[in-house]
Amino acid sequence: MLSFVAQRVVKGVIVLLAIVVLNFFLIRLAPGDPAVVMAGEAGASDQVFVQQLREKFGLDKPLPEQLFIYVKGIATLDLGFSFRQQAPVSKLILERLPATLLLTLTAFAISLALGVLFGTFAARFAGTFLDTAITIFALIFYAMPIFWVALMGILLFSVAVDWLPSFGYETVGANLTGLAHLIDVAKHLIMPAMTLGLFFMATYTRMTRASMLEVKRLDFVKTARAKGLPDAVIQRRHVLRNALLPVVTLAGVHAGTLIGGAVITETVFAWPGIGRLMYDALLQRDYNLLLGVFVTCSVMVLIFNLITDLVYRLVDPRIEFAA
Amino acid sequence: MMTAPPAVSIKNLRIALPKGAERPFAVDGVSLDLRPGKIVCVVGESGSGKSMCAHALMGLLPDTVNVTSGEIQFEGRDLLKLDDDRWRDLRGRRLAMIFQEPMTALNPLMRIGDQMAEMFEAHGLLTPRERRAKALSLAREVGLPDPERIVRAYPHQLSGGQRQRAMIAMALALEPAVLVADEPTTALDVTTQAQILKLIRNLQRSRNMAVMFITHDFGVVADIADQVVVLRHGKVVEEGPAATVFNEPKHDYTKALLAAVPSMHPPARAPLDDLARAVEVIGLDKTYVTSGGWFREDRRVDAARAVNFNILKGETLGLVGESGSGKSSVARLVMRLIEADRGTVRIGDTDLTQLSGKALRAERHRIQMIFQDPFASLNPRRKIGHIVADGPIAAGADSKAAFDRARDLLKMVGLDAGALERYPHEFSGGQRQRIGIARALALEPEIIVADEAVSALDVSVQAQVLRLLEDLKARLGLSMLFITHDLRVAAQICDRIAVMQRGVIVELKPTAQLFAAPEHPYTRELLAAVPGQKERAPAA
Repeated sequence: MLSFVAQRVVKGVIVLLAIVVLNFFLIRLAPGDPAVVMAGEAGASDQVFVQQLREKFGLDKPLPEQLFIYVKGIATLDLGFSFRQQAPVSKLILERLPATLLLTLTAFAISLALGVLFGTFAARFAGTFLDTAITIFALIFYAMPIFWVALMGILLFSVAVDWLPSFGYETVGANLTGLAHLIDVAKHLIMPAMTLGLFFMATYTRMTRASMLEVKRLDFVKTARAKGLPDAVIQRRHVLRNALLPVVTLAGVHAGTLIGGAVITETVFAWPGIGRLMYDALLQRDYNLLLGVFVTCSVMVLIFNLITDLVYRLVDPRIEFAA
Repeated sequence: MMTAPPAVSIKNLRIALPKGAERPFAVDGVSLDLRPGKIVCVVGESGSGKSMCAHALMGLLPDTVNVTSGEIQFEGRDLLKLDDDRWRDLRGRRLAMIFQEPMTALNPLMRIGDQMAEMFEAHGLLTPRERRAKALSLAREVGLPDPERIVRAYPHQLSGGQRQRAMIAMALALEPAVLVADEPTTALDVTTQAQILKLIRNLQRSRNMAVMFITHDFGVVADIADQVVVLRHGKVVEEGPAATVFNEPKHDYTKALLAAVPSMHPPARAPLDDLARAVEVIGLDKTYVTSGGWFREDRRVDAARAVNFNILKGETLGLVGESGSGKSSVARLVMRLIEADRGTVRIGDTDLTQLSGKALRAERHRIQMIFQDPFASLNPRRKIGHIVADGPIAAGADSKAAFDRARDLLKMVGLDAGALERYPHEFSGGQRQRIGIARALALEPEIIVADEAVSALDVSVQAQVLRLLEDLKARLGLSMLFITHDLRVAAQICDRIAVMQRGVIVELKPTAQLFAAPEHPYTRELLAAVPGQKERAPAA
């Protein structure tokens, strides 16, 4: 197993390098010169000032040299300096990462737990009213745009009944500590996490339902019945466990992309996470920050893929630790 | 005659199929008794309702069918009137079942030992530790090698025979009074089958169990049955002690079924001395390599090692062996569907292994294949006319001429012209196999490669398809490479037989000679394992 992880880490580093190089060039293909934008905002658009800015940020060097400097920096965990925010990129990202991880992992847990639960019920009562109701419920959240669900959530729970705060990570200026702070954050978390989670829940519901119905027909379920096992045990131990395998695969794919998917949610709820950071960096042509966010997201995807592979090998003994 | 009271008495059982099925009742008025210490074989072809009887006895019928009348008496109760809890109590404890496909009948995510222990858990017996100990002793009892390792293993780590042994151990864990075995050896190799049959026989005798043994194979019936019940279209057409049914069958259907079982005695065949060579295979090697990753050794499986043979014009060469022996790989190598590591395949004077691209495609029509699975080998979205005519059209034939020829070919294989416009699912297994044959013939090949072409068919249909193949071969002057695991079929159709074991041809001889005087130990083992050789008179 160790050799498997080592192998995957080495492969991951190669993939990461390719991503960095590709992103580096893609970003420079986009129209717009950051030095001009900055100079314009500073109200001094003369050529000399722009040139000075270029030199200051190394934008005057040939592209391959810029790339070399950047990659060398990444190797020492230095993601460069954000000239817009006047702070090191790694510092900016590390400040925001916990909030994003909190949001995405909560949303992920919600979507998986509810999805599997609803899917199991839908399969158990396949063809009945309950099955149809669950399927429609899941479809509604899948079909509605995330920003819309977010806005409706705010209208309902913040404006109409005032149960939950409508934006932010914590109550500004309250300076809460300990348990009170925890509850405050949790209250802020509920809506964004539910919005994001309900969207992904639909796919897990459908996948679990279809997979359970498929597994139910297999011979070993008949064997289990022939043993005289109670139905609940058959459903849980034989049907559900086998039915979860494709769900795990799908969840692995989703887990990596959730961070990117959180951009809209974070923007609507003013959640101080990576998604917001990326959105702002994009509008401001903050090359270094944008690249830094991309690299962080890529690393997350790679880490989640590795975790998925390990989990998969844990739940399915047929897969051996080989490349 | 039989004095012991029946353990199970099925009376006038009638099971209705859903509306729109081909007949109203899957099982129509079946009555039979199971007695302690006796094996009742329920024999019939596919769709005869034999499996339904077995499932009814276990209370495991699918939701789509329902029992409309009859009773199943067991230990003073009518099983058909039991509620779910009572059924659950009986299942596993008093009634146990083993299934056809031991791979799919075991949960792939659970260790063998845990699956055995579940049997006790289901009925609230023993402590977890005792259950584990019991699983180990059961594994030992059914002759699983290295039981300590096996109980910790997952199903995919066991061979087919070992999996079936594990299933049997599980079924017998609580010493049930009745064992229902639904085609338990059909998916196994012939030598493994012989061992499993012996195991079931021994366990059943030592525990005085009543056994209901479902099978389509009369050879197996001959080896294991005390009583025989012949089913057809859900009705019992004949029943009686095994010896009586075999030696003096009364019903025409039983007679026809028995007559359709290929004999182990090869018929006399015309000598082949002065025929030209159609196929020549020289020194064929093929090794499958599975990469083991960076820190592991690669896994290697030899599918073919120095395989040499030739097929004469008009000759049928049999290639027999157990699963994994490499016979299908050799077929694919000869067809050049996969590339050999070394070696030459010549068709007539053309070296097929030297050709590529267009030149290879131009020669492909000379050698065509018939596949095992009549369901998977026809594209379900294409009409039969297209399926048969596609090859010639791809080879440049005029579309109208190709369809005319398709019509003639379908007639030749015994299907009417209306078949052209229909889809594969509208045909039975035997009919589909005829379509497969017509498709192979459409390209006017010189050589036919038949890979287990009759293995999936019922015995009566099998006999018809074999006759058709023989007839076509003679009329069209074809040569045939006939791959099969069934030595009875091989005896009837092959001029010469090559026996394969682990990628090597261990013996190649004219059929009569091979059956009369097998030399290689593996050939002898294979021949001895063919079921149904002892009770039946040799003069078939």
